[in-house]
Amino acid sequence: MTSLPTPQPGAKKLGLVIDLDTCVGCHACATNCKEWNTSGHMAPLPDRNPYSAGQEGVWFNRVHSYEAGDGEDGRTVHFPRSCLHCETPACVTVCPTGASYKRAEDGIVLVNTDMCIGCQLCAWACPYGAREFDDDQGVMKKCTLCVDRIYNETIPEKQRVPACVSTCPANARHFGDLGDPESAVSKLVADRGGFELMPELGYKPVNRYLPPRRAPKADAGPPKDAGPLPSQITNPLLRWVDKVLSR
Amino acid sequence: MNPAPSIVFFTVASGAGYGMLFWMGLLRPLGLVPGTPGFGAAALGLALVLVMLGLLSSTAHLGRPERAWRAVSQWRSSWLSREGVAAIATFAPAGLFFIGTIGDGGAFTTLMGLLSALGAVVTVYCTGMIYASLKPIRQWHHPLVTPGYLLFAAFSGAALLAMLGAFWGQAAGPAAIAALLGALGFALKRAYWASVDAARPVSTAESATGLGFIGKVRPLDPPHTETNYLLREMGFRIARAHAARLRLIASVAGFAAPAVLLALALVVGGVAGGLLAVLGTASALLGLVAERWLMFAEATHTVTLYYGGEARG
Repeated sequence: MTSLPTPQPGAKKLGLVIDLDTCVGCHACATNCKEWNTSGHMAPLPDRNPYSAGQEGVWFNRVHSYEAGDGEDGRTVHFPRSCLHCETPACVTVCPTGASYKRAEDGIVLVNTDMCIGCQLCAWACPYGAREFDDDQGVMKKCTLCVDRIYNETIPEKQRVPACVSTCPANARHFGDLGDPESAVSKLVADRGGFELMPELGYKPVNRYLPPRRAPKADAGPPKDAGPLPSQITNPLLRWVDKVLSR
Repeated sequence: MNPAPSIVFFTVASGAGYGMLFWMGLLRPLGLVPGTPGFGAAALGLALVLVMLGLLSSTAHLGRPERAWRAVSQWRSSWLSREGVAAIATFAPAGLFFIGTIGDGGAFTTLMGLLSALGAVVTVYCTGMIYASLKPIRQWHHPLVTPGYLLFAAFSGAALLAMLGAFWGQAAGPAAIAALLGALGFALKRAYWASVDAARPVSTAESATGLGFIGKVRPLDPPHTETNYLLREMGFRIARAHAARLRLIASVAGFAAPAVLLALALVVGGVAGGLLAVLGTASALLGLVAERWLMFAEATHTVTLYYGGEARG
């Protein structure tokens, strides 16, 4: 059914929290996502011309880099973009076949590739570019929040998180229940002022992004414990001592 | 947005077909189109062929056309599904209408004609809503988009009926309607362009990344060095100069010229009038292809904000 499940109070809303302060833009999350998912729930993720010019393929995770602001306040921000598992995902409601669905039990948005007709209307309906078309199979593919890992009892419990989260070397990606205000991810969002993307469109994304911390303002003068500059020392003997000790 | 030829052809062809069906259902009981079985067969035959060609063409856009039947199941939530249901449901009265016009053409045929007209309106309305309901594309999520779909279908359908009617020596009714709707279409399209050109984009690179609190957001490194599905499908860009020229072609060839030619056909009548109706209709259909193509080519999707495409005015 492409009608959305009725929201239940206290229902699980599994999602990701991505820390734009610590993300170093290494693309490990995108790479491990591709690695896991090309043999996972929505496998395979095709690649065209993988070893030559014109290479392109289906990825569930793309890492952009931006410059924000100017001058002293400007920042370089690495920005991983993937499905936000929205609470009101139009990609699901526009689906004419019932192939797209949002799970009532945890809020994960999935595609049943056996029912998808490849009309691609869901890709048009997603503001975030989370859905990519597999033209080998003629069906739409998207992030599964690693539904085949997070409940997978055949792998060690510590690894039961999405592939992107498990691989992030900077610990910039966090996974958990954003429907529970007491969960670690919800607290992180509350502490750091996590935000949603394009809230003006009303899709109510579950995933949150944590803002880059503001760089400490550089003080106009020298640090308090710093001594005088050599040019400020008038006594030639003391200037010589300062020069020797500064070596 | 990428203007897929299959969808451009679909909206023009099935729009015109549903337009013809609508006007046949309404004008036949009023005696404004020829009531002969020959005209009925020709007009409704052409209408149904256009509708079917359009629908078939739209399945060419599918990755798995053999599963197209599944698309009628989600009418509760999906405008695309509703369109499919309405299109299929309309075939029943339309088929009986077609048979009736060849046969006795009595009250039952009139009823089937009216039901076909209703089905045509509902189907085209659903088509319009598929686009108008998509918030990420501000040029489609616009109050004039669905009225446009309805108006352009009614206009091209009336033009085609006028052209066919001319061969039977009775084109006045549909020609007058087409001339009027052509003028309306011209006005609607101008108002639409003025509105989308003036509107400020709802979403920006700053709201898409949430980094607006730092300052202006500019792309530094793209996530991939080659193109991808998102850029091919959603990142289609048209040069501003081409867009201006195509807007002129769409508004003049699509609406203004046919309105004038069909109005002239109304005055002149006879063989010359028929010739003008043929010219006017051909111009309308070509102009509508340009208009539909532009409707896609000029539409911008919010995903391009992540790739540094500023939403254009």
